[in-house]
Amino acid sequence: MMQLRIADCRLRIKNPPSFLQSTIRNPQSAITTALLIVLVLLAPSFAFPQSSKPLLWGADAEGGAPYEFQDPRNPSRIIGFEVDIIDAIGHILGRPTQFVQNQWDGLVPGLERGNYDIIVSGLEITPDRAKVINFSRPYYVTYEQLAVRTDDNRIRSLEDCSGKKVGTLKGSLAQRMLEARGDLAVLSYDGQINAYEDLSNGRLDAVLMDYIIALYNVGPLPELKMIGSAVGRLEYGIGVRKEDGALLEQINSALSRMMASGELRQILDRWKLWTPMCAEYFGDRSPGSERADAYQSYMESRLQTTSTWSKARQYLNYIPLLGKGAIVTLELSVIAMALAVIIGLSFALTRLYGPGVLRAFSVAYIESIRGTPLLIQLFLIFYGLPHIGIRLSPMLAAIFGLALNYSAYEAENYRAGIQSIPKTQLEAALALGMTRLQALRYVIVPQAMRLVIPPVTNDFIALLKDSSLVSVITMVELTKAYSQLASIHYDYLGIGLLAAAMYFLIGLPFVRLARMAERYFSPEQRGLTIGGKQRQAA
Amino acid sequence: MTQHIIEIQGLKKAFQGNPVLLGVDLMVEASQLTVLIGPSGCGKSTLLRCLNGLEVFDEGRISVNGLLLERDPAHPRADREFQRITHQLRAITGMVFQSFNLFPHMTTLENVARPPTIVQGVPPREARANAHQLLEKVGLKDKTALYPAQLSGGQQQRAAIARALAMKPKVLLYDEPTSALDPALVDEVLEVMKELDSEGITQVVVTHEMRFARDVAEKIVFLSEGRVIEEGDPAKIFTDPVDPRTRQFLKRFL
Repeated sequence: MMQLRIADCRLRIKNPPSFLQSTIRNPQSAITTALLIVLVLLAPSFAFPQSSKPLLWGADAEGGAPYEFQDPRNPSRIIGFEVDIIDAIGHILGRPTQFVQNQWDGLVPGLERGNYDIIVSGLEITPDRAKVINFSRPYYVTYEQLAVRTDDNRIRSLEDCSGKKVGTLKGSLAQRMLEARGDLAVLSYDGQINAYEDLSNGRLDAVLMDYIIALYNVGPLPELKMIGSAVGRLEYGIGVRKEDGALLEQINSALSRMMASGELRQILDRWKLWTPMCAEYFGDRSPGSERADAYQSYMESRLQTTSTWSKARQYLNYIPLLGKGAIVTLELSVIAMALAVIIGLSFALTRLYGPGVLRAFSVAYIESIRGTPLLIQLFLIFYGLPHIGIRLSPMLAAIFGLALNYSAYEAENYRAGIQSIPKTQLEAALALGMTRLQALRYVIVPQAMRLVIPPVTNDFIALLKDSSLVSVITMVELTKAYSQLASIHYDYLGIGLLAAAMYFLIGLPFVRLARMAERYFSPEQRGLTIGGKQRQAA
Repeated sequence: MTQHIIEIQGLKKAFQGNPVLLGVDLMVEASQLTVLIGPSGCGKSTLLRCLNGLEVFDEGRISVNGLLLERDPAHPRADREFQRITHQLRAITGMVFQSFNLFPHMTTLENVARPPTIVQGVPPREARANAHQLLEKVGLKDKTALYPAQLSGGQQQRAAIARALAMKPKVLLYDEPTSALDPALVDEVLEVMKELDSEGITQVVVTHEMRFARDVAEKIVFLSEGRVIEEGDPAKIFTDPVDPRTRQFLKRFL
């Protein structure tokens, strides 16, 4: 079965070790050490092509039921009707399949970038999308469904929404339909849960979303109801890159086979998704099976009345999944910070002591990196660089993005630290015959180090939290793991507190570590605090 | 005929247009202790700092142990060749500062043992053994494991002398080595300098300790307003100075 994996962390640079080898020859260099750490930590994510290449399919598990979502009974497993469909296609093609997590509104760029081979994530076939990617024949046909509060009798159809606030999903067909009307306020959401929640609490007057979303989200909520007739018609297709013509054909023929054999309808029935449009499109007017076991099972898990005790036990179940995200967060933050410290130090030194050109470059680097948002830097690195031939895995892109961003701040920390060391220290070192570089390395920088530990620790804690931004480049770290879990279990509060606690706990040891380092780098202070008891010479 | 280990000719230096040295000529004999005296601002510290390149002079020539450092006013900027020789010059001149300038992040032993390893590639074990010897010589045998902040001023300055000696310089330069010390701690530093003098180490000292200058120095140089006014045997200078300015200056001290 499908396991949620931090997929696609494979290095995509051609011949990655070659550029590392040259630095490994000098084992004293701190840079080497840092790169070795990077390699060791990344080692498990190096994947090698197997004999039968898995079909990578991109989707957003945060999209929730019934597309693809974490099984409420076993959150480390991804289930959903699209999982069933892709499993069946993989079976027909004789290829294993592998799920790749990607933010929904970034699915098309992710496909073009080569993060995965196909998109199967409730992606509606629209003319403008079809300009960029190819679509398979539809595997599901449905419509938009309006939902309102149960006690609201003003709205009976989309026409009644004039002048009202209507919520929908960002980038969806429903959003375009609503905006085309022009007589109502459209509020677009990243996730359907937040939209329906805002409808419940009165921030919205209505929500228009794909029927199957309404079915799975409005159904279990007594305070909401579906109203009005089918709005529009929409088709879900499998997205394939323009150049992958052969793959598109294979998928189309697999889908046709599944329609002819009734396998596709069986899957849709299991999830209670059969619509009149489907009947028309499949040419199948039979009433179909009433056994919607997947739907039933999901509704049962949703409607379960939970005692405090079973709720507590449930939280325990979340911990491994959040823990996995926490490990990614930790790995990412530690490597990024190590790099930021090294890069920052070199920029601080060139800014202070380098020749004119390098100095100007350092200043320009620091100012431009500091002056632009991390989010845009991440997008540039992940989606922009492939256009000039540099394709980094999400993990590497995230590490470099955070490292570059924070190196600018570290550079200024060091500059402040170095400048606060009295000039006489440099003079004393030079008078002893040290070169400028030796004076920096053995006299100035070690003294500056202890001064900058508090601000650097500060920055590490900030980086730890900023690392949540990398979910936009498909990394499933702690925050992403939290929002995925919260969207399935409709629990933004409890799981949110759990995730916040994890951030706090991750940061805590480093705060202690920094305090130890501060003492280590200030030996004379340490000597003073132990007062009369003096260490004896060896 | 005495051998001149330091020869200074026509040394000129100005700070942003304010002339400090107006053409200094000075010879220093090897194995002697030479004391530079003179009123504040007369340029004696600047002269000393020029001797190991902490200040770049504008014009003139300095020769230390045969190494010649020369500036021509036609080349106003210090060029690469000048910097290269300055670096060589530092290898043969040791400097002791008014404010000691020990490295606070190193123990006393490391302060003395690390620089030879860093600069000259002396094996650490050898450098440490040598450092222990030098620290014993300056009376800090049992302070080797302490950090500078744990030492008294006098102890720090003695450690700084040991640090300078560890580089095996041809000449030791002192820039007011006792001015920052409590009066009670001055003598322990002067004692060390006196002992080094008896061992035949060349020392050039800028100081206001006139008693020390008179008792220990082989030669006194009096500077005023950027020039050498008078130089010679301490007995002569202190009892019968030729120049009225010298007499005027010494009156306050004697």
